[in-house]
Amino acid sequence: MSVRVIARLDIKGPDLVKGIHLEGLRVLGRPERFARHYYEEGADELIYMDVVASLYGRNSLFDLVSRTASEVFVPLTVGGGLRTLEDIRTMLRAGADKVAINTAAIGRPEFIREAAQAFGSSTIVVSIEAIQRGEGAWEAYTDNGRERTGVDAVAWAREAVALGAGEILLTSIDREGTGRGFDLELTRTVADAVDVPVIASGGAGRAEDVLEVVLAGHADAVALASIVHYDAIDRLADAAEAVTGNTEYLRSRRTFSVVTPASIAEVKSGLLARAVDCRPVARA
Amino acid sequence: MPDRPYVAIVDYGLGNLFSVRQACAHVGLDVAITSDATTILSADGVILPGIGAFGDAMATLRRLDLVGVLRDVAASSTPLLGVCLGMQLLATESDEFGRHPGLDVVPGRVIRLAAQNDRGRLKIPHVGWSAIHPARPGAWRGGLLEEVAEGAFMYFVHSFHLETCAGGVVVATTRYGDTEYAAALTHGSVFACQFHPERSGLAGLSIYRAFAARVRTRRAEGVHAG
Repeated sequence: MSVRVIARLDIKGPDLVKGIHLEGLRVLGRPERFARHYYEEGADELIYMDVVASLYGRNSLFDLVSRTASEVFVPLTVGGGLRTLEDIRTMLRAGADKVAINTAAIGRPEFIREAAQAFGSSTIVVSIEAIQRGEGAWEAYTDNGRERTGVDAVAWAREAVALGAGEILLTSIDREGTGRGFDLELTRTVADAVDVPVIASGGAGRAEDVLEVVLAGHADAVALASIVHYDAIDRLADAAEAVTGNTEYLRSRRTFSVVTPASIAEVKSGLLARAVDCRPVARA
Repeated sequence: MPDRPYVAIVDYGLGNLFSVRQACAHVGLDVAITSDATTILSADGVILPGIGAFGDAMATLRRLDLVGVLRDVAASSTPLLGVCLGMQLLATESDEFGRHPGLDVVPGRVIRLAAQNDRGRLKIPHVGWSAIHPARPGAWRGGLLEEVAEGAFMYFVHSFHLETCAGGVVVATTRYGDTEYAAALTHGSVFACQFHPERSGLAGLSIYRAFAARVRTRRAEGVHAG
């Protein structure tokens, strides 16, 4: 079976953003431009996460999802602020292939069962944001790592799958945006505890980290943000145009010395070189 | 009948209709998303998409009175493209959550995917990209897979697969762990695939392009005949 390399785009308003521990968000550019680039260079899937949706109680990505789905022909997962079956239906109609749910599912776990029954398990990704609480223990958070739940992340993963989750998107808030590598122990613990695919997210700082989380963390897929975004910025002359924030800092690079940028193609070459199966990058 | 050829995407409440429609638009096909028998029967091509449970899907098709319609389309010269569950529905029956009769276009049954590798049992649903290969030398010649490179990767999302003993029907196979199974089949004017060509990048779009060419040919022949 082949490992999926997924580009994760955190979105605030009209902009692609990136923070550290999902906080201190910086504007990187127009998400659809990055999405097209990742599609063209061989990303196996894309994830759009509306990182302020839970705060405002709604997901504002509808138009962006429609535009993206008409020019990107790989699966697109959309998350952030989806609370009702109608929210999910609306997002699928806009062009999402799958949805990621977190806050609404923790608040009312039966929501997972209802969503899986209505749209099929393979459409429902449960997003778990975990923070380490001592040796071998992690707590699930919501609202992009802002709100504690008191729920054990591993037990919650098992319950979510029993209720019908088709995949788990597992984000280590401790590692997110730090470039220190994935939380291997967290990933392995959850991946071994459930019989659905686990997408490891948070912490990739160089291409080698991806190999590690697959081999030692048993991840079925990886979600990459900083390392591919900072690579893309160099390649996309028009990426930073027409954004609402100040992008000068991007050129200074001071903030991002923790990350060694790599393209999706470079990440995949690294996997294939070590005999880890993945879809090779096809050139048009 | 509209002046331009069009494809009916069968809407039975399940499935990735948006991405199928986008793929059609990308290859220049007009579409009607419909559950109306007349619209389906007069289309120049029909797509049966689908995500979800087999039993629910068949129950809905029966309620919409589309079982006979789809069997008629499959028996005609109209190109029919079945995708994912849309491929499985063509079988005689399915074991998914009990035993359910299918459209019985292709003799065969839908069984649970049970795969393992040297590390143990593999995860189900199978979500991800797998290489497809011709079921026998030359199996893709002249068909919708003609422009696809042997060993190309396609995007799969499924827990069940179609098993048939009908000779020559399976044109492409794939492998998940130790299990090899049908990735695509042809039967008369029917082409069906377990993977999602509309989510499989350029390789998948080439299948839609080939389907579009057939739809236009069918239209041209129909006009001459009329």
